[in-house]
Amino acid sequence: MYLIVVGAGKVGVNLTRELLLQGHEVTLVENSRSRYLAVEQKLEHNVHYGDASELWVLERAGIERAEMVVAVTGDDEDNILICQVAKEKYGVPRIIARVNNPSNRPHFDLLGIKPVVSSTDLILRLLGHEVPHQNLVHLLDLEEEKIEIIEFRLNENSPIVGMKVGEIDTPDRTLLISILRDGVGFVPNADSELKIGDDILAVLDPVQEEELKKILGATA
Amino acid sequence: MFVLIVGCGRVGSSLAQSMLKEGHTVSCLDEDPESHARLEVGMDCDWEEAGGLFTVGTALEVEALEMAGIEKADSFVAATNGDNTNIVISQIAQRRYNVETVIARILDPLRAEWYTEQGLDIVCPTRVATEMLGERLRAGFAAQDSGSGGDS
Repeated sequence: MYLIVVGAGKVGVNLTRELLLQGHEVTLVENSRSRYLAVEQKLEHNVHYGDASELWVLERAGIERAEMVVAVTGDDEDNILICQVAKEKYGVPRIIARVNNPSNRPHFDLLGIKPVVSSTDLILRLLGHEVPHQNLVHLLDLEEEKIEIIEFRLNENSPIVGMKVGEIDTPDRTLLISILRDGVGFVPNADSELKIGDDILAVLDPVQEEELKKILGATA
Repeated sequence: MFVLIVGCGRVGSSLAQSMLKEGHTVSCLDEDPESHARLEVGMDCDWEEAGGLFTVGTALEVEALEMAGIEKADSFVAATNGDNTNIVISQIAQRRYNVETVIARILDPLRAEWYTEQGLDIVCPTRVATEMLGERLRAGFAAQDSGSGGDS
């Protein structure tokens, strides 16, 4: 596959190297001359110098035949613009944009730039997983596909503690898929009993989240 | 009219001053607090005394845009020094806040052309300057040609 990666920061450079190792054809575009020269030592002809928000730079990098554009610069407006142009002007089938400031995420949504990756969001999510002061954590959100996976830690306030999975009146379009207990995960059956301290994973339609929270006794 | 101008550089500030003089309500947003001083160049009172508004904040910040009054703005001008910022915030003004008149200043002619096709109202000073310089040059050529008898 031919990909264009924009932004030769740590993310862009490591991503490009991994993609090349996987056998893809990649062009990395960087607009700072000094950064370009440093990166060119390692990646040679795979890196181009130029501002990828200038259309002719994208054209010179071969955007017309690119199957994917990944914008990982440190500027959210640049990432938005590059992806918008790639998708809407050049018809690139797939794009990925990096969100630097999570509060800019609604702008990406508004302009139809998706999927997006935000390392700040990911770390916050992992923090929630590692430090479960908030007992409900979103592990996966596929808004477009209307699917999410949540993790919930059962405490003494959860009405389902002591119940068997088969006895729980789970809302439509929600499914309990796994229980993590004492550091081990398993797929429950109807007879599995729920205990305090269990982390349960459920897959659900996001619109059913509130309903499911009631069943689980989730407050937040 | 309530006019919100984002980017209070040379263009944004002079536009703000002339809109204010024409009797409109003008609000400026800029990330640099010092840019406020530009609004008072040549004025005989404070920008605020004259009825102007000024907010410090970055253009992509929803809170800043709202504090600057985007929700009640009739017109919006994106005049920051970043083309991409101007393109993104004009679309936010259009699509999220439904501002009636949205104008963006874009220096790069190629981006200006494509986004004009996409329905943005764009002023491209580079294109205007290029055309004017070309006209002057051609006028100069014509004068030289006629001066030298026109056969060189």
